[in-house]
Amino acid sequence: MSRLFKASIIENIQLVKNHYLITLHPLEKIKKPKPGNFFMVAVDHNLYPLLRRPISIHRWLNGDFQLLYRVAGKGTSILSRKKPGDILEILGPLGNGFPLKINSAHIILVAGGLGVAPMFALAELLKKRNPALYYGARTKKELLRIDELNALGLDPIIATDDGSSGEKGNIVNVLKRHIARHLSSISDNMLFACGPEPMLKALSLLAEKHGLQGYMALEQHMACGLGTCLGCVVKTTKGYRRVCKEGPVFPIEEIVW
Amino acid sequence: MADKKSINLTVMIGKLKLKNPVMTASGTFGYGDEYAEFIDLNRLGAIVVKGLSLKPKEGNPPPRIVETPSGMLNAIGLQNIGINNFIRNKLPFLRTVKTPVIVNFFGDSIAEYVRAAEKLSEADGVHALEMNISCPNKQAGWSIFGTDPHVTSKVVSAVRKATEKTLIVKLSPNVTDIGLMARVAEDAGADAVSLINTLTGMAIDIKTRRPRLANIIGGLSGPAVKPVAVRMVWQCYQAVRIPVIGMGGIVSPEDAIEFILAGASAVAVGTGNFIRPDITMDVLNGITAFMKTEGIKSINDIKGGVQC
Repeated sequence: MSRLFKASIIENIQLVKNHYLITLHPLEKIKKPKPGNFFMVAVDHNLYPLLRRPISIHRWLNGDFQLLYRVAGKGTSILSRKKPGDILEILGPLGNGFPLKINSAHIILVAGGLGVAPMFALAELLKKRNPALYYGARTKKELLRIDELNALGLDPIIATDDGSSGEKGNIVNVLKRHIARHLSSISDNMLFACGPEPMLKALSLLAEKHGLQGYMALEQHMACGLGTCLGCVVKTTKGYRRVCKEGPVFPIEEIVW
Repeated sequence: MADKKSINLTVMIGKLKLKNPVMTASGTFGYGDEYAEFIDLNRLGAIVVKGLSLKPKEGNPPPRIVETPSGMLNAIGLQNIGINNFIRNKLPFLRTVKTPVIVNFFGDSIAEYVRAAEKLSEADGVHALEMNISCPNKQAGWSIFGTDPHVTSKVVSAVRKATEKTLIVKLSPNVTDIGLMARVAEDAGADAVSLINTLTGMAIDIKTRRPRLANIIGGLSGPAVKPVAVRMVWQCYQAVRIPVIGMGGIVSPEDAIEFILAGASAVAVGTGNFIRPDITMDVLNGITAFMKTEGIKSINDIKGGVQC
């Protein structure tokens, strides 16, 4: 099972403006990814863009898999125009993934924007544990995969910046209120999160304040995905650590903002 | 047509005999182990490991890389695990590979270069040294060693006295006359020169109006730099008698052959390893295929063969 493989596109659909869901069929057997793992996708054989796009696993479908991505530049724009039957060259699964041995009684998942991609994968795996899922987006339209989350029995607690769905405002504030009201024994909770930096930063402060344990998946510009270029580091209490190798999932208390 | 058996790919770099001219460029191949999953390391001409210093270095704050048209800028800041750690934890694996290991190293003073060279020369499994001179000199207001011919001469001479191993000097392309720098390195005792290191560059985010690298300035690599690198290899080939190792944007066998025609004895694949971890094998296989169809018996026959 090589981590360098080709996959044919089964489907590549636009969910809302600029947000796509791609379903891939690997042409050989690949290693099953863990939630929080990612793939480096070569969108083309041209030299511009040169590097692969790192995209986290969204859903594993018995050998096929799905990625959720946003068109943010030239690479993802090319990817969005790929058709069913087209072949992509992919490297992965890469990175450490979320730890799955969880001893605490309750699980809190927080997704911001496209951070729902890996949090969905984690939620699906942990659904029997009844995790509380908090999901924030800019607007109702950009809340992705709501029907699928509901189908899994995970009714997300929602907040949008413009109030078009759920509470108006930011999802961390919603969680903050819930913690103050409901969670008497905070140490019996484990927090997992992925989303934009300001959200993760605010969550880190909240976690620190309440002594809440947990993990976050981080993003960084990346070249190789294999740990050799040392380009994708983030600052941690242990020094600079590579998002592609020691990450992308880090214990909250180790991340230095 | 030359058949596969009669094709001679071996090249000499100083005292070092390489089974073929395809090497890896320092800083793009880690310490080799990360790539063992994708290629047979035994098939490489040489493995050049990530640049080392006496003490481990933490490197620059992120963001450290940014993609640019057909290339990338990096400002890693020479992060490395340090020579002792390398000898203890990385060399044992590399000794199991039947490919020469070339250790890239640097210092922030001449004394540090010398100590690093001495230490590496004693280590079992280090076949040659490549000195990076594109780094800042503590004793000269952090100016770059390799952009001043006098400083280059001094530091290369000092390292030459400290090692018996094949010594390769990796030249900085951020100079006016690359041929002069190659001659200076040769006169100071280098067994070979390698080039190019990255070209300094910069990228700005026009919305935030901030540099896209935390370090502001970084080094440009990838196919975008290839024509500059080919030109410089050609100029160095004419300027010196010692072998020239060519690199800068090689992502195909055709790219590699272009460098050899410009005068490179061997070539190194750098940023290409980030695009496809098995790219070195494509380059090697493609060179062999090219020689077969062109009826070239020895790779040395086309070295410097550009007809101007």
